Amino acid sequence: MVLLSYVALIIALIPLMNILIETTIRGVSAINLSFFTEQIPPLGQAGGGVGPAIQGTLIVVGLASLVGVPVGVFSGIFLAEFRNTKLTYVSRYLNDVLSGIPSIVIGIFSWIIIVTIIGWSVIAGAFALAIMMIPIVTRTTEEAILLVPITIKEAALALGIPRWKTTLTIVLRNAKKGMITGILLSMARVTGETAPLLLTILGSRFWFGGFTEPSAALSLTIFNFSQSPYSTVDWPRAWGAALVLILMILGINVMVRYYTREKYG
Amino acid sequence: MSYKIEIEDLNAWFNAKKVLKDIYMKIPEKAVTAIIGPSGCGKTTLIRCINRMHELSPGGKVSGRVLLNGENIYAKDVDPVIIRRKVGMVFQKPNPFPMMSVYDNVAAGLKLTGLNDKSKLDEIVEKSLKLTSLWEEVKNELHKSGASLSGGQQQRLCIARALAVEPEVILMDEPTSALDPLASAKIEQLIRRLSKKYTIIIVTHNMQQAARVSDFTGFLYLGELVEFDETKKIFENPKTELTEKYITGEFG
Repeated sequence: MVLLSYVALIIALIPLMNILIETTIRGVSAINLSFFTEQIPPLGQAGGGVGPAIQGTLIVVGLASLVGVPVGVFSGIFLAEFRNTKLTYVSRYLNDVLSGIPSIVIGIFSWIIIVTIIGWSVIAGAFALAIMMIPIVTRTTEEAILLVPITIKEAALALGIPRWKTTLTIVLRNAKKGMITGILLSMARVTGETAPLLLTILGSRFWFGGFTEPSAALSLTIFNFSQSPYSTVDWPRAWGAALVLILMILGINVMVRYYTREKYG
Repeated sequence: MSYKIEIEDLNAWFNAKKVLKDIYMKIPEKAVTAIIGPSGCGKTTLIRCINRMHELSPGGKVSGRVLLNGENIYAKDVDPVIIRRKVGMVFQKPNPFPMMSVYDNVAAGLKLTGLNDKSKLDEIVEKSLKLTSLWEEVKNELHKSGASLSGGQQQRLCIARALAVEPEVILMDEPTSALDPLASAKIEQLIRRLSKKYTIIIVTHNMQQAARVSDFTGFLYLGELVEFDETKKIFENPKTELTEKYITGEFG
């Protein structure tokens, strides 16, 4: 049994290690200072970098978080605090359905209701990613709140602290770790999304030009370079961009670790 | 004798299950009243009806009247939040707020109900910790986590937290059941001291404890108040056979 577990673990680790090692070896050669600071060159042309793609990813994910995090957090609080109303059951079910919708569908949806009106834009991309973040943040917030022992909540209520204040201070304080973890994981999840961005921010070779303009993103840049016929010039760049993307997501995961460490003890 | 709390025709339910039946009880002011009885007889529910906590439990329902200083706490226009400030509670298991320091635990009730004056808070925290004899033990560690204290200290911290909001009544739900004998003895001494200033109701299934700390004792059996009298009378000369059987340990 133990042996079987070890074998399974190794089988699971091989592709993961392979991806990390392969990406690092192939990507690292493309990376230098100008890789971060210069605009994206046309396919096949030497020089340049992926600066706008890094910038674009940060802006789109940041804007998506600005919308998705508060909506998700408050929905999660609602689901945890009003456990047994009809609205709660319906919302929780819809939230689960939403988290299962393929990202390309969310991309098309965003394209129809935003891109067809204001055009390819950062706003449309952030909208799509926010929709993907909401169910993750909602669920993790709800679960984090439900993990707070009832005795803690009762202690606060018995002190004459009003219910809403008990929730917003005592309960959230004890659920904070779980909530931050959920928020960061949802950010990590959407940072690598490609399909919905392809349909919303379109992609670009230039620096950020406004929220209603198309934008670059790392995932789109990887896609474009990897489709290039100029394999010697562009493919290493795709690997380099992939490495940067992996490192960004790794960075978020390190932050998760940081926030979930014990404060006391 | 003046009565702090008068319970009249009190019934309580968990969903369809009736757990308290027609309770009438007059609880004297500035004295310790013990509620004894076998497990599941409704002791905890009874005291949770006195600070309107029972209605927060899933399926919890209450009917009847509980008069605090002569006024019905179940009247329509009464805010349960105000009642809970007047009637504090200490729970079975010490439950300090785990993400808060010793200081913040004691100050929590005041801070979160609007008091922000730092020097006033300092003063009340020190006073409350002194009342519970915890001050000398923790005065140099006020900013350590409340959860880092020993079990007995945690329970005294919880009592200090309840005292800080200056209640008139303190409900204690088996406050020593999770503690060792030494820590329990400290809590019992504390209860005696506090009874000079506060009306205390303590649930216990340790009969020696009821005999040691309380002035009055009520015996609850299957949701009914079988007997309620001075502790001395209950233990030395109980009126009903049922009470006698319980205190002599024939069942329970």
